Amino acid sequence: MSETKKVLVQPIFSNNPVALQILGVCSALAVTTSMQVTLVMCIALTSVTAFSNLSISMIRNQIPSSIRIIVQMTIIASLVIVVDQLLKAFAFDISKQLSVFVGLIITNCIVMGRAEAYAMANPPGMSFIDGIGNGLGYSVVLIFVAFFRELFGAGKLFGITIMPLVNDGGWYIPNGLLLLPPSAFFLIGMFIWILRTWKTDQVESSEYKIMPHVNKESA
Amino acid sequence: MANKDSITNTVKIAFLVCLACSIVVSVSAVSLRPLQKQNEVVEVKKNILAAAGLLESGDTSAKAIVEQFQQIDTMLVNLNTGKFSNEIEDLELYDQFKAAKDPSQSVALTKDQDIASIGRMENLSKVYAVMDGDDIKTLILPVRGYALWSTLYGFIALESDLNTVVGLGFYAHAETPGLGGEIDNPKWKAQWIGKKVFDDAGEIQAGVKKGTVNPAIAYEVDHLVDGLAGATLTSNGVTNLVNYWLGDLAFGPFLKNLKAGEA
Repeated sequence: MSETKKVLVQPIFSNNPVALQILGVCSALAVTTSMQVTLVMCIALTSVTAFSNLSISMIRNQIPSSIRIIVQMTIIASLVIVVDQLLKAFAFDISKQLSVFVGLIITNCIVMGRAEAYAMANPPGMSFIDGIGNGLGYSVVLIFVAFFRELFGAGKLFGITIMPLVNDGGWYIPNGLLLLPPSAFFLIGMFIWILRTWKTDQVESSEYKIMPHVNKESA
Repeated sequence: MANKDSITNTVKIAFLVCLACSIVVSVSAVSLRPLQKQNEVVEVKKNILAAAGLLESGDTSAKAIVEQFQQIDTMLVNLNTGKFSNEIEDLELYDQFKAAKDPSQSVALTKDQDIASIGRMENLSKVYAVMDGDDIKTLILPVRGYALWSTLYGFIALESDLNTVVGLGFYAHAETPGLGGEIDNPKWKAQWIGKKVFDDAGEIQAGVKKGTVNPAIAYEVDHLVDGLAGATLTSNGVTNLVNYWLGDLAFGPFLKNLKAGEA
Protein backbone atom coordinates (compact mmCIF):
# COMPACT_ATOMS: atom_id res chain seq x y z
CA MET A 1 0.00 0.00 0.00
CA SER A 2 1.42 3.39 -0.93
CA GLU A 3 2.08 5.83 1.89
CA THR A 4 -0.68 8.22 0.76
CA LYS A 5 -3.29 5.51 0.58
CA LYS A 6 -2.24 4.22 3.96
CA VAL A 7 -2.61 7.66 5.55
CA LEU A 8 -6.05 8.04 3.99
CA VAL A 9 -7.49 4.58 4.61
CA GLN A 10 -5.91 3.48 7.88
CA PRO A 11 -7.93 5.80 10.15
CA ILE A 12 -11.18 4.35 8.80
CA PHE A 13 -10.94 0.89 10.34
CA SER A 14 -7.39 0.07 11.40
CA ASN A 15 -6.76 3.18 13.48
CA ASN A 16 -10.20 4.69 13.90
CA PRO A 17 -10.13 7.90 15.98
CA VAL A 18 -13.45 7.14 17.69
CA ALA A 19 -13.34 3.35 17.97
CA LEU A 20 -9.66 2.80 18.78
CA GLN A 21 -8.52 6.11 20.26
CA ILE A 22 -11.95 6.88 21.79
CA LEU A 23 -11.76 10.55 20.79
CA GLY A 24 -14.62 12.83 19.77
CA VAL A 25 -17.31 10.73 21.42
CA CYS A 26 -19.27 13.69 22.82
CA SER A 27 -20.48 14.96 19.45
CA ALA A 28 -21.13 11.37 18.35
CA LEU A 29 -23.78 11.22 21.08
CA ALA A 30 -25.31 14.57 20.36
CA VAL A 31 -25.81 14.86 16.62
CA THR A 32 -26.65 11.32 15.56
CA THR A 33 -30.45 11.29 15.81
CA SER A 34 -30.90 11.85 12.09
CA MET A 35 -28.81 10.93 9.06
CA GLN A 36 -29.08 14.33 7.41
CA VAL A 37 -27.76 16.28 10.38
CA THR A 38 -25.07 13.67 10.97
CA LEU A 39 -23.86 13.89 7.40
CA VAL A 40 -23.52 17.68 7.60
CA MET A 41 -21.64 17.35 10.89
CA CYS A 42 -19.29 14.79 9.31
CA ILE A 43 -18.56 17.05 6.36
CA ALA A 44 -17.98 19.97 8.71
CA LEU A 45 -15.59 18.03 10.92
CA THR A 46 -13.73 16.44 8.00
CA SER A 47 -13.13 19.78 6.33
CA VAL A 48 -12.03 21.44 9.57
CA THR A 49 -9.59 18.61 10.34
CA ALA A 50 -8.21 18.60 6.79
CA PHE A 51 -7.71 22.35 6.54
CA SER A 52 -6.38 22.78 10.07
CA ASN A 53 -3.85 20.02 9.37
CA LEU A 54 -2.93 21.69 6.09
CA SER A 55 -2.40 25.17 7.51
CA ILE A 56 -0.66 24.03 10.69
CA SER A 57 1.66 21.81 8.66
CA MET A 58 2.54 24.71 6.35
CA ILE A 59 3.83 26.81 9.23
CA ARG A 60 5.04 23.92 11.41
CA ASN A 61 8.69 24.93 11.11
CA GLN A 62 8.00 28.49 12.26
CA ILE A 63 5.74 27.72 15.23
CA PRO A 64 7.65 28.30 18.49
CA SER A 65 7.10 25.30 20.74
CA SER A 66 6.12 27.47 23.72
CA ILE A 67 2.94 28.71 22.03
CA ARG A 68 2.25 25.85 19.64
CA ILE A 69 -1.01 24.70 21.28
CA ILE A 70 -2.54 28.17 21.29
CA VAL A 71 -1.47 28.71 17.67
CA GLN A 72 -3.20 25.45 16.72
CA MET A 73 -6.30 26.45 18.66
CA THR A 74 -6.44 29.85 16.96
CA ILE A 75 -6.29 28.27 13.52
CA ILE A 76 -8.86 25.58 14.39
CA ALA A 77 -11.22 28.11 15.99
CA SER A 78 -11.05 30.37 12.92
CA LEU A 79 -11.85 27.47 10.61
CA VAL A 80 -14.78 26.42 12.76
CA ILE A 81 -16.20 29.95 12.67
CA VAL A 82 -15.89 29.95 8.87
CA VAL A 83 -17.71 26.59 8.67
CA ASP A 84 -20.41 27.85 11.04
CA GLN A 85 -20.91 30.99 8.92
CA LEU A 86 -21.13 28.89 5.75
CA LEU A 87 -23.77 26.63 7.30
CA LYS A 88 -25.81 29.61 8.49
CA ALA A 89 -25.76 30.99 4.97
CA PHE A 90 -26.36 27.84 2.93
CA ALA A 91 -27.98 25.28 5.24
CA PHE A 92 -29.90 27.38 7.74
CA ASP A 93 -32.30 24.69 8.98
CA ILE A 94 -29.55 22.18 9.59
CA SER A 95 -27.36 24.77 11.26
CA LYS A 96 -30.22 25.46 13.67
CA GLN A 97 -30.42 21.76 14.55
CA LEU A 98 -26.66 21.46 14.97
CA SER A 99 -26.72 24.66 17.08
CA VAL A 100 -23.77 24.65 19.46
CA PHE A 101 -22.23 21.46 18.17
CA VAL A 102 -20.62 23.15 15.18
CA GLY A 103 -18.92 25.54 17.58
CA LEU A 104 -17.89 22.61 19.71
CA ILE A 105 -15.81 21.16 16.84
CA ILE A 106 -13.16 23.47 18.31
CA THR A 107 -12.93 21.23 21.35
CA ASN A 108 -13.21 17.97 19.39
CA CYS A 109 -10.15 15.99 20.40
CA ILE A 110 -9.72 14.55 16.90
CA VAL A 111 -8.91 17.93 15.38
CA MET A 112 -6.43 18.90 18.09
CA GLY A 113 -5.05 15.37 18.21
CA ARG A 114 -4.23 15.21 14.50
CA ALA A 115 -2.75 18.72 14.50
CA GLU A 116 -0.42 17.88 17.39
CA ALA A 117 0.37 14.28 16.46
CA TYR A 118 0.62 14.44 12.67
CA ALA A 119 0.58 17.92 11.15
CA MET A 120 3.39 19.25 13.40
CA ALA A 121 5.77 16.64 11.98
CA ASN A 122 4.66 16.00 8.38
CA PRO A 123 4.49 17.96 5.09
CA PRO A 124 1.27 19.82 4.15
CA GLY A 125 0.02 17.45 1.42
CA MET A 126 0.19 14.37 3.61
CA SER A 127 -1.24 16.26 6.59
CA PHE A 128 -4.25 17.29 4.50
CA ILE A 129 -4.87 13.66 3.50
CA ASP A 130 -4.41 12.56 7.11
CA GLY A 131 -7.09 15.08 8.09
CA ILE A 132 -9.49 13.72 5.50
CA GLY A 133 -8.74 10.14 6.55
CA ASN A 134 -9.45 10.84 10.20
CA GLY A 135 -12.56 12.81 9.29
CA LEU A 136 -13.74 9.76 7.34
CA GLY A 137 -12.98 7.49 10.29
CA TYR A 138 -15.13 9.71 12.49
CA SER A 139 -17.83 9.81 9.81
CA VAL A 140 -18.01 6.00 9.51
CA VAL A 141 -18.79 5.68 13.22
CA LEU A 142 -21.30 8.55 13.23
CA ILE A 143 -23.14 7.28 10.17
CA PHE A 144 -23.26 3.77 11.64
CA VAL A 145 -24.76 5.16 14.86
CA ALA A 146 -27.16 7.54 13.08
CA PHE A 147 -28.38 4.80 10.75
CA PHE A 148 -29.62 2.65 13.64
CA ARG A 149 -30.85 5.58 15.72
CA GLU A 150 -32.95 7.12 12.97
CA LEU A 151 -34.20 3.82 11.52
CA PHE A 152 -35.28 2.23 14.81
CA GLY A 153 -35.93 5.43 16.76
CA ALA A 154 -38.00 7.29 14.20
CA GLY A 155 -38.67 4.70 11.47
CA LYS A 156 -37.00 6.95 8.91
CA LEU A 157 -33.81 7.39 6.93
CA PHE A 158 -32.83 10.86 5.71
CA GLY A 159 -36.31 11.96 6.81
CA ILE A 160 -38.00 9.48 4.45
CA THR A 161 -40.36 7.05 6.18
CA ILE A 162 -39.13 3.46 5.94
CA MET A 163 -41.27 1.95 8.68
CA PRO A 164 -44.54 3.84 9.27
CA LEU A 165 -45.02 4.66 12.96
CA VAL A 166 -48.04 3.64 15.01
CA ASN A 167 -48.62 7.32 15.79
CA ASP A 168 -49.07 8.02 12.07
CA GLY A 169 -51.30 4.99 11.50
CA GLY A 170 -48.52 2.53 10.64
CA TRP A 171 -47.36 -0.62 12.40
CA TYR A 172 -43.95 0.23 13.85
CA ILE A 173 -43.66 1.09 17.55
CA PRO A 174 -40.48 3.21 17.75
CA ASN A 175 -37.82 2.57 20.35
CA GLY A 176 -37.72 5.88 22.22
CA LEU A 177 -34.38 5.11 23.87
CA LEU A 178 -32.66 5.39 20.50
CA LEU A 179 -33.60 9.05 20.27
CA LEU A 180 -31.87 9.77 23.57
CA PRO A 181 -28.09 10.30 23.79
CA PRO A 182 -27.31 7.20 25.94
CA SER A 183 -28.30 4.90 23.07
CA ALA A 184 -25.27 6.15 21.13
CA PHE A 185 -23.06 4.71 23.86
CA PHE A 186 -24.51 1.25 23.26
CA LEU A 187 -24.14 1.59 19.49
CA ILE A 188 -20.57 2.85 19.68
CA GLY A 189 -19.81 0.02 22.08
CA MET A 190 -21.22 -2.48 19.60
CA PHE A 191 -19.25 -0.88 16.76
CA ILE A 192 -16.05 -1.27 18.77
CA TRP A 193 -16.95 -4.87 19.64
CA ILE A 194 -17.58 -5.79 15.99
CA LEU A 195 -14.41 -4.00 14.88
CA ARG A 196 -12.23 -5.72 17.48
CA THR A 197 -13.70 -9.11 16.67
CA TRP A 198 -12.68 -8.52 13.05
CA LYS A 199 -9.30 -6.88 13.76
CA THR A 200 -8.11 -8.73 16.83
CA ASP A 201 -4.87 -6.74 17.09
CA GLN A 202 -6.93 -3.82 18.42
CA VAL A 203 -7.88 -5.73 21.55
CA GLU A 204 -6.02 -4.20 24.47
CA SER A 205 -4.40 -6.40 27.05
CA SER A 206 -6.06 -6.17 30.44
CA GLU A 207 -4.45 -3.83 32.94
CA TYR A 208 -5.19 -6.25 35.75
CA LYS A 209 -6.48 -9.77 36.05
CA ILE A 210 -9.33 -10.86 38.25
CA MET A 211 -8.02 -13.61 40.50
CA PRO A 212 -10.09 -16.74 40.99
CA HIS A 213 -11.91 -16.88 44.29
CA VAL A 214 -9.94 -18.89 46.82
CA ASN A 215 -11.35 -20.12 50.08
CA LYS A 216 -9.26 -18.77 52.95
CA GLU A 217 -9.23 -22.01 54.93
CA SER A 218 -8.13 -24.28 52.14
CA ALA A 219 -5.39 -21.82 51.06
CA MET B 1 14.81 30.40 10.85
CA ALA B 2 17.84 30.25 13.02
CA ASN B 3 16.05 30.46 16.31
CA LYS B 4 12.34 29.84 16.13
CA ASP B 5 11.97 29.75 19.91
CA SER B 6 13.34 33.26 20.48
CA ILE B 7 11.01 35.80 22.09
CA THR B 8 11.04 38.00 18.98
CA ASN B 9 9.98 35.10 16.80
CA THR B 10 7.32 33.98 19.28
CA VAL B 11 5.74 37.43 19.31
CA LYS B 12 6.04 37.70 15.53
CA ILE B 13 4.37 34.35 14.87
CA ALA B 14 1.64 35.01 17.42
CA PHE B 15 0.91 38.35 15.75
CA LEU B 16 0.93 36.96 12.20
CA VAL B 17 -1.29 33.99 13.06
CA CYS B 18 -3.81 36.27 14.76
CA LEU B 19 -3.76 38.68 11.85
CA ALA B 20 -4.25 35.97 9.23
CA CYS B 21 -7.01 34.27 11.21
CA SER B 22 -8.87 37.49 11.89
CA ILE B 23 -8.79 38.36 8.19
CA VAL B 24 -10.20 34.94 7.26
CA VAL B 25 -12.94 35.15 9.89
CA SER B 26 -13.99 38.71 9.08
CA VAL B 27 -14.00 38.15 5.32
CA SER B 28 -16.27 35.13 5.68
CA ALA B 29 -18.54 36.87 8.20
CA VAL B 30 -18.93 40.01 6.12
CA SER B 31 -19.33 38.32 2.75
CA LEU B 32 -21.92 35.81 3.98
CA ARG B 33 -23.90 38.36 6.01
CA PRO B 34 -26.48 39.20 3.28
CA LEU B 35 -27.34 35.51 2.74
CA GLN B 36 -27.67 34.88 6.47
CA LYS B 37 -29.83 37.97 6.87
CA GLN B 38 -32.10 36.66 4.14
CA ASN B 39 -32.39 33.30 5.90
CA GLU B 40 -33.36 35.05 9.12
CA VAL B 41 -36.06 37.08 7.36
CA VAL B 42 -37.51 33.88 5.89
CA GLU B 43 -37.32 32.24 9.32
CA VAL B 44 -39.36 35.09 10.84
CA LYS B 45 -41.93 34.83 8.05
CA LYS B 46 -42.14 31.08 8.60
CA ASN B 47 -42.87 31.64 12.29
CA ILE B 48 -45.54 34.23 11.58
CA LEU B 49 -47.22 31.71 9.29
CA ALA B 50 -46.85 28.97 11.89
CA ALA B 51 -48.36 31.12 14.66
CA ALA B 52 -51.31 31.90 12.41
CA GLY B 53 -51.71 28.19 11.69
CA LEU B 54 -51.15 28.77 7.98
CA LEU B 55 -47.81 27.06 7.47
CA GLU B 56 -48.20 24.28 4.97
CA SER B 57 -46.12 21.25 5.72
CA GLY B 58 -44.18 19.76 2.86
CA ASP B 59 -42.42 22.40 0.82
CA THR B 60 -40.52 24.55 3.29
CA SER B 61 -38.10 26.13 0.83
CA ALA B 62 -37.49 29.86 1.13
CA LYS B 63 -39.43 30.48 -2.07
CA ALA B 64 -42.51 28.61 -0.85
CA ILE B 65 -42.47 30.52 2.44
CA VAL B 66 -42.25 33.88 0.70
CA GLU B 67 -45.13 32.83 -1.56
CA GLN B 68 -47.31 31.73 1.36
CA PHE B 69 -46.49 34.94 3.18
CA GLN B 70 -48.27 36.95 0.51
CA GLN B 71 -51.59 36.22 2.21
CA ILE B 72 -50.38 38.17 5.23
CA ASP B 73 -50.51 41.95 5.49
CA THR B 74 -47.87 43.82 7.45
CA MET B 75 -48.94 46.98 9.27
CA LEU B 76 -47.46 49.44 11.70
CA VAL B 77 -48.95 50.32 15.09
CA ASN B 78 -48.07 53.22 17.35
CA LEU B 79 -47.94 51.59 20.78
CA ASN B 80 -48.36 54.93 22.60
CA THR B 81 -51.61 55.90 20.89
CA GLY B 82 -52.80 52.37 20.15
CA LYS B 83 -53.59 53.26 16.55
CA PHE B 84 -52.28 52.29 13.13
CA SER B 85 -49.46 54.45 11.96
CA ASN B 86 -48.00 55.28 8.57
CA GLU B 87 -44.86 57.02 9.77
CA ILE B 88 -42.58 54.56 8.03
CA GLU B 89 -42.77 53.91 4.32
CA ASP B 90 -40.82 50.73 3.86
CA LEU B 91 -41.73 48.26 6.58
CA GLU B 92 -39.25 45.69 5.25
CA LEU B 93 -36.41 47.96 6.32
CA TYR B 94 -37.82 48.86 9.74
CA ASP B 95 -36.18 46.91 12.55
CA GLN B 96 -38.20 47.42 15.71
CA PHE B 97 -35.62 45.71 17.91
CA LYS B 98 -33.05 48.25 16.78
CA ALA B 99 -35.59 51.01 17.39
CA ALA B 100 -36.12 49.73 20.93
CA LYS B 101 -32.47 50.55 21.68
CA ASP B 102 -32.68 54.06 20.25
CA PRO B 103 -33.87 56.58 22.90
CA SER B 104 -35.53 58.74 20.24
CA GLN B 105 -37.68 55.85 19.03
CA SER B 106 -38.47 54.11 22.30
CA VAL B 107 -39.42 54.62 25.93
CA ALA B 108 -37.59 53.31 28.98
CA LEU B 109 -39.70 51.14 31.26
CA THR B 110 -39.66 51.45 35.03
CA LYS B 111 -39.05 48.37 37.11
CA ASP B 112 -42.75 48.00 37.95
CA GLN B 113 -43.83 48.30 34.33
CA ASP B 114 -41.16 46.03 32.93
CA ILE B 115 -42.58 42.62 33.83
CA ALA B 116 -41.15 41.04 30.68
CA SER B 117 -37.63 42.45 31.42
CA ILE B 118 -37.11 44.05 28.05
CA GLY B 119 -35.70 47.38 29.31
CA ARG B 120 -37.05 49.66 26.60
CA MET B 121 -40.10 49.44 24.35
CA GLU B 122 -40.18 50.80 20.82
CA ASN B 123 -42.84 53.40 19.92
CA LEU B 124 -43.75 51.69 16.66
CA SER B 125 -44.31 47.99 16.28
CA LYS B 126 -45.11 45.90 13.26
CA VAL B 127 -48.22 43.75 13.40
CA TYR B 128 -49.32 41.14 10.89
CA ALA B 129 -52.82 40.20 9.84
CA VAL B 130 -54.69 37.81 7.63
CA MET B 131 -57.50 39.89 6.12
CA ASP B 132 -60.95 38.74 5.15
CA GLY B 133 -62.17 41.61 3.00
CA ASP B 134 -61.85 44.63 5.29
CA ASP B 135 -61.99 42.62 8.48
CA ILE B 136 -59.11 41.08 10.31
CA LYS B 137 -59.39 37.30 10.36
CA THR B 138 -56.22 36.58 12.30
CA LEU B 139 -54.04 39.14 14.05
CA ILE B 140 -50.41 38.23 14.69
CA LEU B 141 -48.46 40.25 17.24
CA PRO B 142 -44.70 40.15 17.89
CA VAL B 143 -43.88 39.44 21.52
CA ARG B 144 -40.66 39.10 23.46
CA GLY B 145 -39.49 38.79 27.01
CA TYR B 146 -36.70 37.51 29.18
CA ALA B 147 -36.97 33.97 30.52
CA LEU B 148 -34.13 32.15 32.28
CA TRP B 149 -31.07 32.55 30.03
CA SER B 150 -32.28 34.56 27.12
CA THR B 151 -34.86 36.81 25.58
CA LEU B 152 -37.60 34.81 23.87
CA TYR B 153 -38.67 36.27 20.54
CA GLY B 154 -41.92 35.05 19.12
CA PHE B 155 -45.42 35.70 17.84
CA ILE B 156 -48.88 35.29 19.28
CA ALA B 157 -51.81 35.02 16.89
CA LEU B 158 -55.38 35.93 17.88
CA GLU B 159 -58.70 35.21 16.22
CA SER B 160 -60.98 37.98 14.97
CA ASP B 161 -62.52 38.27 18.46
CA LEU B 162 -59.05 39.46 19.56
CA ASN B 163 -59.26 37.11 22.49
CA THR B 164 -58.94 33.49 21.34
CA VAL B 165 -55.37 32.32 20.72
CA VAL B 166 -54.67 30.80 17.30
CA GLY B 167 -51.06 30.02 18.07
CA LEU B 168 -47.96 30.99 20.00
CA GLY B 169 -44.41 30.26 18.95
CA PHE B 170 -40.85 31.44 19.47
CA TYR B 171 -38.25 31.73 16.76
CA ALA B 172 -35.24 32.75 18.80
CA HIS B 173 -34.21 31.82 22.32
CA ALA B 174 -31.36 30.16 24.17
CA GLU B 175 -33.17 28.23 26.89
CA THR B 176 -31.84 24.88 28.15
CA PRO B 177 -32.49 22.15 25.55
CA GLY B 178 -34.86 19.54 26.95
CA LEU B 179 -36.14 21.78 29.76
CA GLY B 180 -36.91 25.41 28.90
CA GLY B 181 -36.18 24.57 25.27
CA GLU B 182 -39.42 22.56 25.29
CA ILE B 183 -41.25 25.81 24.50
CA ASP B 184 -40.53 24.68 20.93
CA ASN B 185 -42.28 21.35 21.51
CA PRO B 186 -45.23 21.17 19.08
CA LYS B 187 -47.36 19.37 21.68
CA TRP B 188 -46.87 22.13 24.23
CA LYS B 189 -47.47 24.85 21.64
CA ALA B 190 -50.67 23.11 20.52
CA GLN B 191 -52.13 23.61 24.01
CA TRP B 192 -52.30 27.33 23.39
CA ILE B 193 -54.76 26.96 20.55
CA GLY B 194 -58.23 28.05 21.67
CA LYS B 195 -57.16 29.57 24.98
CA LYS B 196 -58.78 32.90 25.89
CA VAL B 197 -56.43 35.75 26.74
CA PHE B 198 -58.95 37.95 28.57
CA ASP B 199 -61.70 37.09 31.03
CA ASP B 200 -65.16 38.68 30.87
CA ALA B 201 -63.95 41.71 32.82
CA GLY B 202 -61.18 42.33 30.25
CA GLU B 203 -58.34 41.29 32.57
CA ILE B 204 -55.50 39.20 31.14
CA GLN B 205 -55.67 35.66 32.48
CA ALA B 206 -53.72 33.64 29.92
CA GLY B 207 -50.53 32.07 31.16
CA VAL B 208 -48.55 28.99 32.01
CA LYS B 209 -49.60 27.10 35.11
CA LYS B 210 -47.09 25.52 37.47
CA GLY B 211 -48.10 21.88 37.10
CA THR B 212 -50.83 20.56 34.85
CA VAL B 213 -54.15 22.15 34.06
CA ASN B 214 -57.04 20.69 36.09
CA PRO B 215 -59.77 19.77 33.59
CA ALA B 216 -62.42 20.18 36.30
CA ILE B 217 -61.73 23.89 36.76
CA ALA B 218 -63.24 25.91 33.93
CA TYR B 219 -60.96 28.91 34.60
CA GLU B 220 -57.83 26.82 34.06
CA VAL B 221 -59.19 25.08 30.98
CA ASP B 222 -60.13 28.43 29.45
CA HIS B 223 -56.95 30.36 30.10
CA LEU B 224 -53.96 28.25 31.16
CA VAL B 225 -51.58 25.74 29.63
CA ASP B 226 -49.48 23.08 31.39
CA GLY B 227 -46.20 24.20 32.92
CA LEU B 228 -42.94 22.87 31.53
CA ALA B 229 -41.43 20.33 33.91
CA GLY B 230 -38.13 21.56 35.29
CA ALA B 231 -38.49 24.95 33.65
CA THR B 232 -40.40 27.17 36.05
CA LEU B 233 -38.48 30.31 35.14
CA THR B 234 -38.98 29.80 31.41
CA SER B 235 -42.70 29.14 32.04
CA ASN B 236 -42.92 32.32 34.11
CA GLY B 237 -41.12 34.19 31.35
CA VAL B 238 -43.80 33.14 28.86
CA THR B 239 -46.61 34.20 31.24
CA ASN B 240 -44.88 37.54 31.83
CA LEU B 241 -44.43 38.33 28.18
CA VAL B 242 -48.04 37.49 27.35
CA ASN B 243 -49.16 39.71 30.22
CA TYR B 244 -46.88 42.51 29.16
CA TRP B 245 -47.45 42.57 25.41
CA LEU B 246 -51.22 42.17 25.52
CA GLY B 247 -51.46 44.51 28.53
CA ASP B 248 -52.08 48.24 28.83
CA LEU B 249 -48.47 49.27 28.25
CA ALA B 250 -48.10 47.53 24.89
CA PHE B 251 -50.82 46.21 22.57
CA GLY B 252 -53.71 46.57 25.08
CA PRO B 253 -54.90 50.00 23.90
CA PHE B 254 -54.52 48.95 20.27
CA LEU B 255 -56.67 45.85 20.81
CA LYS B 256 -59.35 47.98 22.53
CA ASN B 257 -59.33 50.49 19.69
CA LEU B 258 -59.47 47.73 17.12
CA LYS B 259 -62.47 46.17 18.85
CA ALA B 260 -64.23 49.55 18.94
CA GLY B 261 -63.34 50.09 15.29
CA GLU B 262 -61.22 53.16 16.10
CA ALA B 263 -57.76 51.95 15.31
